[in-house]
This record gives sequence, C-alpha cells and structure tokens, in this order.
Amino acid sequence: MLGKKKAVVGGLSALVVGALLAGCPPKKEAVKTQAVGTDAASKVYVPPGKYDEFYVFFSGGFNGQVTVYGVPSGRIIKVIKVFSVDPETGYGFSPETKPMLMTSHGFLPWDDTHHPWLSQTNGEHDGRWLFINANATPRIARIDLTTFETTEIIEIPNTAGNHPSPYGTENTEYVVAGSRFSVPVPQKDVPIESYKENFKGVISFIKANEPGKMDVAFQILMPGFDYDLARCGRGPSHGWCFFTSYNTEQAHTLLEVNASKNDKDFIAAINWKRAEECVAQGKAKDMPATYYHNYYDEKKHMAASEEKKSVKVIDPKDCPGVAYFLPTPKSPHGVDVSDDGEYIVGGGKLATVIPIHSFSKMLKAIEQKAFEKEIEGIPVLKYDAVLHCELEKPCLGPLHTEFDGKGFGYTSCFVSSEVVKFDYKGCKVVDRAPTYYSVGHLLVPGGDTKKPYGKYLIAMNKITKDRQLPTGPELIQSAQLYDISGEKMQLIHEFFTIGEPHYAQAIVADKIKDKIKKIYSLAENEHPYAVKAEKDARVERKGNEVHIYMTMIRSHFVPDNIEGIRVGDTVYFHVTNLEQDWDIPHGFAVKGSEEAELLVMPGQTKTLVWKPKAPGVYPFYCTDFCSALHQEMQGYIRVSPAGSNVPLKYYTGTPPTAQK
Amino acid sequence: MRKFFLVVPLVSLFLSCQQKPAEKPVEASPPQPTQVEKKEEAVSDKGIGPIQEVQLGPIDQALAKKGKEIFDSKCASCHKLEEKYVGPPLKGVTKRRKPEWIMNMILNPAEMVQKDPVAKGHLAEYPIQMPFQDVSKDDARAILEYLRSVDEK
Repeated sequence: MLGKKKAVVGGLSALVVGALLAGCPPKKEAVKTQAVGTDAASKVYVPPGKYDEFYVFFSGGFNGQVTVYGVPSGRIIKVIKVFSVDPETGYGFSPETKPMLMTSHGFLPWDDTHHPWLSQTNGEHDGRWLFINANATPRIARIDLTTFETTEIIEIPNTAGNHPSPYGTENTEYVVAGSRFSVPVPQKDVPIESYKENFKGVISFIKANEPGKMDVAFQILMPGFDYDLARCGRGPSHGWCFFTSYNTEQAHTLLEVNASKNDKDFIAAINWKRAEECVAQGKAKDMPATYYHNYYDEKKHMAASEEKKSVKVIDPKDCPGVAYFLPTPKSPHGVDVSDDGEYIVGGGKLATVIPIHSFSKMLKAIEQKAFEKEIEGIPVLKYDAVLHCELEKPCLGPLHTEFDGKGFGYTSCFVSSEVVKFDYKGCKVVDRAPTYYSVGHLLVPGGDTKKPYGKYLIAMNKITKDRQLPTGPELIQSAQLYDISGEKMQLIHEFFTIGEPHYAQAIVADKIKDKIKKIYSLAENEHPYAVKAEKDARVERKGNEVHIYMTMIRSHFVPDNIEGIRVGDTVYFHVTNLEQDWDIPHGFAVKGSEEAELLVMPGQTKTLVWKPKAPGVYPFYCTDFCSALHQEMQGYIRVSPAGSNVPLKYYTGTPPTAQK
Repeated sequence: MRKFFLVVPLVSLFLSCQQKPAEKPVEASPPQPTQVEKKEEAVSDKGIGPIQEVQLGPIDQALAKKGKEIFDSKCASCHKLEEKYVGPPLKGVTKRRKPEWIMNMILNPAEMVQKDPVAKGHLAEYPIQMPFQDVSKDDARAILEYLRSVDEK
C-alpha cells in the first residue's frame, strides 16, 4: 500500500515531466523534478549497426529466464532459457534438454529467477559465466557466456526459498545459497506451530569454478530465521560471506506484523575458510539428502542428470568461529560490501537509518570477544563494536546498495521511490534522485566488484502505471538508466523489461563479445543421432520406435518424404542443421506435435518426439525464415493404420524403390 | 520500438526550443560508401577472395580423397556432379573456371555473389545464396583436388 501512495505522488511529477516534453522547458521545474535532461537522447543513442557499451543480464523473475539488454540503448538482444520450459526452442521439451529441469521433485517446468551473478577472478568480472538462482525449488544455474546457454543446474538440499543466492566469492570458488523459508531439516511431518523447535535455516556453499563439477561443498545449520540476501567479501574480507536475516522473531503466520517486532535482526557473517578447515577436520556430518545435478554436454548437445544422496552439514556448535551475528536494524533486506572490502551496508527496510558496519571492527570485536549473547552456538557481536556509522534519514525503505569506486554508495529506496547517493566513509547523503516507481534492486556496472566501472546506474522498478501506453490490468516492469558520471545523478533513459527483473548485472561488452561462439562445429558434433552428410540421412524402425536421422540445410530436409509410419509408433525426428554459417538456424515443426517445436543452431542436433494418433499425411516445415526458398522448406510424413504393411520408404528428390 | 517514445519527444524538444541550432543529435552514420564505391577493381577470372595463386601439379589422390569427405559433408547437400540441384552441377567446373575462382567461391561466397559477374549470374538462376560452410583454406584446396579428380576421369 505504501508503494502505491508514493506511486501517486510520483505520478504527479511524471505529469510535470510530460508537460515539459510537450512544450518548452520551464527550467526551474526541470531541475526540481530531475526530469530527463535535454542532452539525454545523445547519451543513450546508439546508432543502428553500432554496438552498446555493456551487456546487462536481467533476471526474469516469475518467467524463470534471463533477459539480455544492450546499455545505454536499452535494446533487448536475447532471452536465455534457464528454469522455465521454452516452446520456441524446445528447451524442456526435447529429450536432450529435459534432464536440465529434473529435480528431487521430478521434472519441473517453471521456477522463479532472482539474482544474476557474473563470475569473477581477483574480484573483477572475467566474462566466463553467469549464475542465477531458482527461488521456489532451490537451484543454481550456470550460463556459458560463449553460447548464452544454460549448461549446468544444481539443486540445493535442505533449503526452501533460495533467495540469498548465488552471490559468489571473488575467484568464483563458491556461489552461495540459503533458506529464505526455514523448514524442518531434514524434512519431517511436524505441526507448523512447532516452528521454534523444529525449523532450521541452512546456508550452502557450492563449488562453482569448474564446468560440470558444481557440487554442494558444505552446508551450515542456522537458527530458524529467514535468510534474505547475501554478498561475499573481497580484498581484506575475502574468505567471508554475509547474509541478512529477518524474522528473528521466528513467526510462522502473519509475518507482515509478527516478523517486524524486533528493533534489530542480524547480518550473519560466515567464515567459509574456517568452514573448509572444519570439513577437512571431519567436523561436518554427512546427512542423507536427495538432490539433482544436471549438466549439458555441448559436444553431445545433450544433458544428463545425476542424483546425489548425501551432503556435508556443519553445526556451528561443532565449528566455533564459522559464524557470527551482526545486529542490524530492522528487518534488513540487502547486504552489500564496498569495493574496498571494508564496509558492509545493510538495507534495513523498516529502519530510519542505513547501518554501515566495518569489517576491520568486526574482526577486532571477534578477537576481543565483544559478544552480546549467543544463539544456537553463534555469538552475537555488540552493535557498537561493529558499526562504522548510521546514515541518518536516508530515505524510506532502503533495500540494496552498489558502489561506484569513487567512495560513494547508491541505495535503492522502495517506499520513497528514490535512489540516494552517499559518502560511506563520511556517512552523509550527497544526492538523491526519484525513480518511477517503487524501485527494488539497482545496479552500477561492476558495482559489486573491486573495480566498479561507475558511469551508469540502473534502477529496476516494480510499478510503472502512467509510464507507458496502458495494456490492461497487467503492466510491464521498467528499468531506468541514470548517468552517474557527474556529481548529480541524471535520469537519461527508461526501458521496459520482461517478467519481473529483480536484479541485473552489467559487464563491459569487450569482456564477452569477441569470445562468442558463432556456430557449433559439425565435425565435433557427438550427438548419437547426428548425421553429418546428407548421404547418411536415414530412417530406422525398432519395434514401435521410428528414428528419423534428418538433415537440414538451406532450404530442404533429407529425407522430406517419409512413408511406412503407423499409428501407435513413437517417431523421433533427430534433426541436424548442416549449416556452418553464423545466424542460420533452422526450425522444425510437425502438425499435431505435443512437444512444441525445435530451433536448431548451425552444427547442432535436436530431437522432436511425435506420436501420430490417426492415419493421414502430415506436413512438417522449417519455422525460421532461412532463405529465399524458405517457404519451400517442407516435407510430408505418411501415417498408416496400426498393423498396416506399407513399407518404410524415404527420400528427397527422386523416390527410390521401396526398402524392406 | 519502445525507445522511440522517449527519443522522439526529445528530438522535437530540440527542434522547437533551442535558440541556436542545437548540436545535431548523433545520426546513424550514413551507409559507408567507401567499400562499395571504391574503384571497382577490374574483376579477374580468379574471382575475389583470399586466394591469389594456386599451383597445380599432378592429381594428389590422398588430397582428393580428403576433399571428397569434406565435399560430402559440407557441399553435397546442394551440389551434385551431373544434375542441377540447389546449386549448379559441378562436373567440369575445373575446366570452366580458374582454380583460384573455385577456391574463392568456397571461401568467400557472400562477396563473390555481390561482385563477381559470373557468381552474380548464378544467384539469379539459383536463388539460395551459397553459404560459407566454415571451410579452411586447406580444406578448400582439398575440395578443389577432388573436383579436379572428377574432371580427369
């Protein structure tokens, strides 16, 4: 509700902006409303044919995918398929990709993506991979940035609501996961009212530095709070990761009220190097747990699933020094570490201040045992002993902070719909800019690394009414681009985003664009049903299974006439795209298909499974406009009644004599 | 499309309100004429592309065999030897064209069909633009050897 009220106020200022655009600029209002500057167009205009400066990866939120934009133009350039099926490409439909979405709960067609995180080396983006979390059924995915394809997914056991994730470490040693919803660990049938007694939080560290080898290295058993967001340290604080918690009240109903009572909740500081020692010393327990690891082999063009049965769990009581609590006002949301690794900013969403902790003071407080109390084996440090300062009256509803490398932090404020810029050492606000409206996350390119690029800030807004042509009850979300190169933040662009982007990360294009793969090598294609030359295309029957080894090239299929299929058969179209030229995918669709379609990239093989239900002749065709004769890229498959003895026959061009 | 909503009003703002002629908003750079209008090089019968000179000797059977394998995988989808298919029949091509032309057509098809008069003529007759099939110079040389071996028979 608060957000909506503010939206109305913001709406009025938007009207002023509108008036400004319609006539000549009344200069004072222009300053007062932080309107789009008059030179904004030239700052975001990237001429057709020219490249943008940054790739920006937005989570898709409830659409389960990742969307890629060029910035500053705000042009959309790709949707990456991650946790939701995609009928357009066959992701999650084809037998090659179905294993990617396997979990201990079976095949899941959907999830909720929140936080993209770019891999780092020495605390800087290295352009190798993007990781992203699934919130509903806890998982983390790896996306390869040479192909922009999801290549690996690991499920996180003992966890529910994987929100503080994946936020990795400065050499991508680990990505992390945590319970936003504490649950019984291990799961069991208990009364919900026994929350305090039975429910636990779990924080996980997942090995991430080797493709195909993602694994839950260890989990840390935590009190049954809600673990909300995370950031790992860098530079001096490398070796530590920080997690916010709320609901330290341990409510299990009406959290809106019941989890907002305590003045302070906690930031949990986890010493993962200490955890590694404890694992090495045998202090972690092996707990039975079922979870899946799915890996896509790019040469085989095929994914496989592996079921894991056990996980290492550390109880902080058995591993002193692995975890500490930093008291933090009030129901903190974001926790963000400055580029120098020293300052830890909590986004106390119900607080009237932004608390900034000091990492070096935290180490000293641990050394001096400046503890207030202990909770389940975890010492609670004294607030004053770890606090660097409280930023007074910053805004309402502070959530997330990123850094520009020049000594300033930028915090998004949901309730007052604004971004505040502050000097985090001197502890004072130096600028503020409105957002339209109700900003959630924000990003500065490289703003979570040792070397932020600065230059831009993107605010991701939850409410956009009156910002674009109305489209019925459901409205799209927005991103707003600010120039932060000067003293004052300047709004220069607004573009609209798919799904509900929670967070996004930006990387300078040069770190990725020259490593992009343009085709898959046909010679290296190891798919068991690949055909690398038209002369090898064929149809084979094995009982009720018919395997069609089919090729595609501009602009024909081999074979394109197929007979001898019977009702009751399962037909596998294994289609290989023989092209070895960039930007020439072919599509494959057949009438009556229950498995969507395929888009097959050059050199790739994919399979569509088709179960014809009635006799007749069915067309198939290419769905991706491929050449001047694309409309001619079609074929027929004849289906005869069950038990029919129409012989198997297939060809392109000249009909052969019947085979068998 | 959406960004027009933002850009168009801003441009009109420039036009209507600035006293001095505003600095021109950056325009899309006009099509670069340099490439196209560069003095049309006298087109040689060697075609256009990376191959300037090929030395031919007696047919190297091993190379021709390798060339046939590449041809079957990357070319045969569109080219038959005796009949018109997606592309022209290739029997006799080594008698009709210079070896350099053949290799340039394999290695640089996009530019060839725009600039080489013979290749241009083919595009009118066979409307599928010949794709580059990620063939290396060595592979193209092997394909040439295969086509020579066909024409020797």
